[in-house]
Amino acid sequence: MTDPVVLIGGFLAAAVRVATPLLLAATGETLTERSGVINLGLEGMMLAGALAATLGASASGPWTGFAVAVLAGILLALLFAAVSIVAQADQIIAGTAITLAAVGLTGTVYREAFGAGGAGLTLPTLAPLAVPGLSRLPLLGPALFAQPMPTYVALLAVPISWWFLFRTRAGLLLRATGEGAAEARAAGVRINAVRTAATVAGGAFAGLAGATLVLAQVGSFAENMTAGRGYVAIAIVVLGRWHPIGVAIAALLFGAATALQFVFQAIGLAVPYQLFLMLPYVLTLLALGGAVGRVRAPAELGRG
Amino acid sequence: MTVPPALAMRGIAKRFGSVQALRGADFMLGQGELHALLGENGAGKTTLMRVAFGLVRPDAGEVAVLGVPRAVASPRAARRLGIGMVHQHFTSVPELSVAENLALAAGWPVAPMPLRARVQELGERYGLPLDADARVSGLSVGLKQRLEILKALASDARILLLDEPTAVLAPGEADELLRVVREFTRAGGSAVLITHKLDEALAVADRVTVLRQGAVVFTGAVAGLTAASLARAMIGDSESLNLSPARPPADASGDGAVLVRLDDLEVPRESGYGLAVRRATLGIRSGEIVGVAAVEGNGQRELLRAVAGRLQPLRGRREVAGPIAFIPEDRTTEGLIPSLSLTENIVLGSRHDDPWIRRGRVDWKVARGRTAALLQEYAVTAPGPDVPAGSLSGGNQQKVVLGRELSRQPRVVVAENPTRGLDLRATEAIHARLRDAAANGAAVLVYSSDLDEVLALAGRLLVAARGSISEVPAGATRAEIGELMVTGGR
Amino acid sequence: MAAKVPLLAILLGVLLLAAGLTLAGYDAVAALGALWNGAFGSWYAFSSTTLVRAIPLTIIGLGIALAFQGGALNIGAEGQFYAGAIAATWVGLHVAGRPPVVALPSVLAAALLAGGGWVVVPVWLRLRYGVLEVISTLLLNFVAASLVSLMVQGPLQESRRIYPQSDPIAMTARLPVLPGTRLHAGIVLMLLAAAGLWYLFARTLWGFRLRAVGAGPRAATISGRIDARRMAAVALLGSGALAGLAGGVEVTGVSYALFQNLSPGYGFTGIAVALLARLKPLGVLATGLLFGALEAGAGAMQREAGVPAVAVYVVEAVVILVVLLADAAARRNLLRTAT
Repeated sequence: MTDPVVLIGGFLAAAVRVATPLLLAATGETLTERSGVINLGLEGMMLAGALAATLGASASGPWTGFAVAVLAGILLALLFAAVSIVAQADQIIAGTAITLAAVGLTGTVYREAFGAGGAGLTLPTLAPLAVPGLSRLPLLGPALFAQPMPTYVALLAVPISWWFLFRTRAGLLLRATGEGAAEARAAGVRINAVRTAATVAGGAFAGLAGATLVLAQVGSFAENMTAGRGYVAIAIVVLGRWHPIGVAIAALLFGAATALQFVFQAIGLAVPYQLFLMLPYVLTLLALGGAVGRVRAPAELGRG
Repeated sequence: MTVPPALAMRGIAKRFGSVQALRGADFMLGQGELHALLGENGAGKTTLMRVAFGLVRPDAGEVAVLGVPRAVASPRAARRLGIGMVHQHFTSVPELSVAENLALAAGWPVAPMPLRARVQELGERYGLPLDADARVSGLSVGLKQRLEILKALASDARILLLDEPTAVLAPGEADELLRVVREFTRAGGSAVLITHKLDEALAVADRVTVLRQGAVVFTGAVAGLTAASLARAMIGDSESLNLSPARPPADASGDGAVLVRLDDLEVPRESGYGLAVRRATLGIRSGEIVGVAAVEGNGQRELLRAVAGRLQPLRGRREVAGPIAFIPEDRTTEGLIPSLSLTENIVLGSRHDDPWIRRGRVDWKVARGRTAALLQEYAVTAPGPDVPAGSLSGGNQQKVVLGRELSRQPRVVVAENPTRGLDLRATEAIHARLRDAAANGAAVLVYSSDLDEVLALAGRLLVAARGSISEVPAGATRAEIGELMVTGGR
Repeated sequence: MAAKVPLLAILLGVLLLAAGLTLAGYDAVAALGALWNGAFGSWYAFSSTTLVRAIPLTIIGLGIALAFQGGALNIGAEGQFYAGAIAATWVGLHVAGRPPVVALPSVLAAALLAGGGWVVVPVWLRLRYGVLEVISTLLLNFVAASLVSLMVQGPLQESRRIYPQSDPIAMTARLPVLPGTRLHAGIVLMLLAAAGLWYLFARTLWGFRLRAVGAGPRAATISGRIDARRMAAVALLGSGALAGLAGGVEVTGVSYALFQNLSPGYGFTGIAVALLARLKPLGVLATGLLFGALEAGAGAMQREAGVPAVAVYVVEAVVILVVLLADAAARRNLLRTAT
């Protein structure tokens, strides 16, 4: 019988680990959606980041991997911005197309680089970085303070994005763009520029998230490895009410819901893990329905 | 040594397409002066001020601020010159707070504590306090208006241009607002008050300028003026007119059946808060053309839409005989679907007894034929019934809408600004159609923001003022009508 | 404009594919040749890979066209497909004793209902709370995928309990197949659905009103006196039902059982299918065929020329983007030239 403290500690650590890439992508998407743009290409950008990280890291180490991943996310985001913001085409469909393209491109390039046999490259994953002292705290210690680098980046991104959105002029302009484009334009805000910047930031985060999957968790690339995480990130943004703190909590909830299955396994309860997979989405739907209060998206979301 | 005027505009001319909005208008705003700019809708008042604020570039004329000629090229340039404009439509982001909107407009830093203090200080300074953290969407119209003014003042404006600020305010709020503007000028600022309301101008302004059809017809001190003399200047001569010189042959003096009856009808505002129409009671008979004279925003839109069945009343009785034809004000978003063809737009208003409808199915051949016939009947210039409606000119689009609505032998016709933006030929064609409809026994209710048009069409006249609908006595002069529009006869 | 843009888009997509392949060191000509052969090279290729792939794509595409015409963005076709597949499998396992004339329609009806049922919650959320159906339908995709996983590892798992898949469904619940091929009677349903939708939009008042709602909701409400929200809701339900039917067809015509990843992304490719056809039902027949050919050919391209099958998604993406850009340009032109 497993020691309950160890069990819960392990559960929390797993929750945070699962949540990290989701949180990164969702934080970026929060900025994007706050400017009025819904980016369904997030999944594709994450996937592209994952592959780019694999290639970059195999060439010259993890930091190159991260850098290339961010670049890949930015490039796809620029393409998305060109189509949906500059050319004013439908955001939903453009985003779906980007993801489709990314799936095709990453699959092709991967096979090109590593052969169809599936003898893929295995990379050493980043070791957890323990924060001295804090990592010794019971339960929370290993969960929050003995994780690899990307987790700290993700956690730091939360207060930074909050501060950006609500304590800087640039953040105010961004929010104005998403809540009242006509009025913001009247106040001199350059709507397209703001939205493009927000989208590119979202793409960068998505690329980083994909890199995290490979370099800090799985250790290799597999086709379609993001398995819908980009879409989950979008759901997390909704669940978190487009607020960085809310998004962080929602991401952790998703991570926890997924990690819950390990707990149940460990204590021998044969609950189908799929229920845990479904739980976060059902929660989001309930939240949307007002069971947890009225959800209000940025007023301009999705409108060209 | 004379003090230079705060704002001096000379010979301003501006044309929009085929409409000459301003013809060589002169305007002088003295320092410390509260100047009322009066005129009917379309007279050019807003355009003139938009030129001053840099939103519109004039075709001719010059602008001088504090004696120095300036090319006011943009609102940003205007703000730098100390000119602030408070528009009719609200320009605040509804889902942000008061403080955030002020920070956005005035370029203030966003740190919450100093920002809140600044908002409070600004509010106190001008006697316009606002809760800094309140979300704008939850504010009353009066408070939203207050925010608009604060936004202009926050940029240290010394010249305030206010476009119909009291149009959407209740009397108490309007008095408050005017008091504040008065304070502003007493403290050395200069203000232009664009307004329809004669009593308002007489009550607070130092000087008044009247525009009619783009030209200045009067300018002078308010002292010694009366409402009558101002009204005369605004809308023309004072002779008693025969309303509707061309009376429809089937004269509706009491004979025809009552096709529209409203009893104590109350209609809410489309946008949510408050009542737009209070206890309207009226009847319209077959063959009558009843016109509504009103300043925009006084309930006439809601009244017409309630009669047409497009807006649900809150209380009261509404009996309207069908079929009802409705010609909405905005033809491209409410009347037609620009991306669909003309035939499809005709089918849009289908009723089950239309010739191209057979048990839920559309016979497009019949519909197309019918559309082609309609195009001919209404002299619509279009290549054919299959072109997208958006490719037609405004006048032709309106004719299509009329054709669709009137071809069904409606018993009631409701028309909102049916000739807005149209040239003379198209306007006359549409007037003829409306008269024919009445001649064929329909009850016609028409509103136009152009008083002349209403007078030309209507056999009976109603006035909508602040939601109250009242009948204009026969033989009333233009001036009297103008006054009723403004005061509501109360 | 009508056919030019989609054709141009396909051409561009193929050209880009060829260029990319050449850059990557593949023999582009051979690859494209393999692609063509895999799709159209033989009767078997055409009937048993291209058409078989085209059937679910087309049915889903029709459903998405229906929703999009009404202004409702159904991104959940994937989930609705799975819902239909689950229902079809369950019923299909329980109708063993019945004659085909009862079994088959029951299975397909169940699929229809399940697909429609899967979109009820997003519809309700839209009507009641104005929730963007884009998000709500998207979320349910994941729930459906998990549900499939749950079913095939639980209540619907095969009797041997080895693999995560269901037992094969009853023989009487399977669609008849054209001898010598794998082409199943689902093609009839596909054609019927296309014809039905064509008739709906071309001839009925309801269908026209739906188009009006999608093209100009305000004018439809004011001038057409149409209840825009209700129509969009019905369109969404129909859309879900069609996607569910596609799932049922796939189970009763191809797989005869339920397992994970039954759909290689039909729900998303279906959006491209609908869009490329400009939301016209007869056009969807053509674009469904095109995408079916692309995906069928991709398999051959991989086997024979070594080009990863997923490369075809790039073509699909390019096609979508070109059409989108053309649409946006056309819209701007209309605004500019209107007087």
